[in-house]
Amino acid sequence: MVLGGGLVYPELNFTLPTMFVNGSTMPDVAAQYREMITGALKRASELEVPGLVVEFETLPPMTENPDWGMEIAQILLDELHEASVKHGLKSVFRMTPNDTREMVRPPVMRSGELWDNMIELFDRSAAAGAELLSIESVGGKEVNDEALQSCDIGQVIFALSVMGVRDMRFLWTHIAEIAERNHVHAAGDTACGFANTAMVLAEQKLIPRVFAAVVRSVSAVRSLVAYECGAVGPGKDCGYENVILKAITGFPMAMEGKTAACAHLSPVGNVAAAACDTWSNESVQNVKLLGGMAPTCYMEQLAYDVRLFNEANADGPEAAAMLKKWLVRSDIGLDPQALILAPASAVKIAESIVSAPNHYRAAVAAGMTALNLITDAYNDGSLKVAPREVCWLDTIKEALEELPEDESTFIASMMDAVNTTTFRPQDYDLT
Amino acid sequence: MELTQLTEAIKTGNRKAAGLLTQEAIDAGVEPKAILNSLIEGMDDIGARFQKNEVFVPEMLIAARAMKESMVILEPLLVAAGIRPEFTALIGTVQGDLHDIGKNLVAMMWKGANFNVIDLGTNVPPERFVAAAREHNPQIIGLSALLTTTMPSMKSTIDELKAAGLSNAKIVIGGAPITQAFANQIGADAFAPDAASAVEVARKLVGSQSTAVLA
Repeated sequence: MVLGGGLVYPELNFTLPTMFVNGSTMPDVAAQYREMITGALKRASELEVPGLVVEFETLPPMTENPDWGMEIAQILLDELHEASVKHGLKSVFRMTPNDTREMVRPPVMRSGELWDNMIELFDRSAAAGAELLSIESVGGKEVNDEALQSCDIGQVIFALSVMGVRDMRFLWTHIAEIAERNHVHAAGDTACGFANTAMVLAEQKLIPRVFAAVVRSVSAVRSLVAYECGAVGPGKDCGYENVILKAITGFPMAMEGKTAACAHLSPVGNVAAAACDTWSNESVQNVKLLGGMAPTCYMEQLAYDVRLFNEANADGPEAAAMLKKWLVRSDIGLDPQALILAPASAVKIAESIVSAPNHYRAAVAAGMTALNLITDAYNDGSLKVAPREVCWLDTIKEALEELPEDESTFIASMMDAVNTTTFRPQDYDLT
Repeated sequence: MELTQLTEAIKTGNRKAAGLLTQEAIDAGVEPKAILNSLIEGMDDIGARFQKNEVFVPEMLIAARAMKESMVILEPLLVAAGIRPEFTALIGTVQGDLHDIGKNLVAMMWKGANFNVIDLGTNVPPERFVAAAREHNPQIIGLSALLTTTMPSMKSTIDELKAAGLSNAKIVIGGAPITQAFANQIGADAFAPDAASAVEVARKLVGSQSTAVLA
């Protein structure tokens, strides 16, 4: 399989129904995963997908106990191998351990048993045949959560471009080393705990959508660091900022949208597909639907989605451009996040990021570019913004303009402003 | 002295005005309890607007901070007068689950409604809920979970609270995958579908304890 070569592949992820994961339930857990993968692979073979990425995003106990994580990983790898031998189904296995460092508060980011177990699971799964390594890392989330609730863009930028960037450098240097040693690929990270949290809060009407869109743009600066440290894609599916990262790096990206409705609502269901290399369902529980078990049904949906993408592509540049136009235009007038994730917007944001002298200024520039795109589209009537959100355009702009030019001045002011008891400054080189 | 201005300062999140007006009210000899009620009235108003999607969380937070500014000045007088929050609520995200934004929002809403809120944080094992319930004797215990694989921890927590003889406290559960049916199934007293409704649910539980929203 060639990821990023023009053909779009389905990327399937699934999870357990409501149940405990512990030593005594592991036989049931294993049976659940075996059921999910065999059903999905059978459907994938029947529908003759061109290839398949299967992601195993562990549940926290499986990262805390690498033996459990490996037991499930091995089941999935064995089934993928069998489907290859029996049906000629090509596949790639993506391993995504949890970032369990936040299991203690304040998190211990660079050492300790949680770190050791997480790294062990990366290493052992890579050795066993996981060709793609990913994670939803959380460095900086300690500050970002509160910053989102306050809609404080300065604190969001501190969380993402100072704390997040520093943690990503540390973490992804290790993951890239593991990938290199095991001859597999460091794939990529996601700002799930940051920008997706903002997106979901906005969908729940708890914070403005325009703010969530600006957070998404800023989050690209943090996720980019994985690639600066050696990742090569495809970036992880729930990183909606991946389209911006693709514009910068040229690496393939996993994306998710309408077919991830099983996991969460998003306002970018179509536009997210406009520049994808793998197309994902994010995650679905193993529950029974009329068409079969849910992972099997979602395998089918993904298969048909990518058939359409690949048919448009095979029909030539005009057809592909037409489909892309429809995917983009059907979303971008309805939500600011959709607008800034359109490929044309992503390129502008990417330009502002790479033109900046450092990560901090890149974050400010990304935020300002997104805000300008949203404001311009609102002013020319091409974007709907709810009346109660309009005042936030000026509020965010003023906050961005007030941020200091110099990073060290910014850090000093933020260390006075944020709750420093929620994190260990030494883990972010902030002492 | 009219307390409507103080209520308005809370509604609009005017921290400076809230502090000044609280001090003025105290200096004018207004009863501490009356001042407290005017603060709660302001928070109730913004809470209701929040529930109707008229304001966002940051506006709620600004109002809560204004109330806090007033409470710094008012609290010593309330303590001296023996006036304490009538109700105590424990809250935490259950064992194995690290999500805390929803839990934090509920805690903020309960504080605004003048509950004494003890926040146990995230990844809280049942025995910590039991120990904290013994220590603080709450009327309300709030359990939060965002993962399908941590929902069973809610049942374990409720079972342990009941086994420890702490069934006087009313248990409210919430979180994205939670439903009323699940609340019924695990023996919770109520389900709060979102942070905005959590105040109403808690008030009903400690009041009549027999309304439609109860499990």
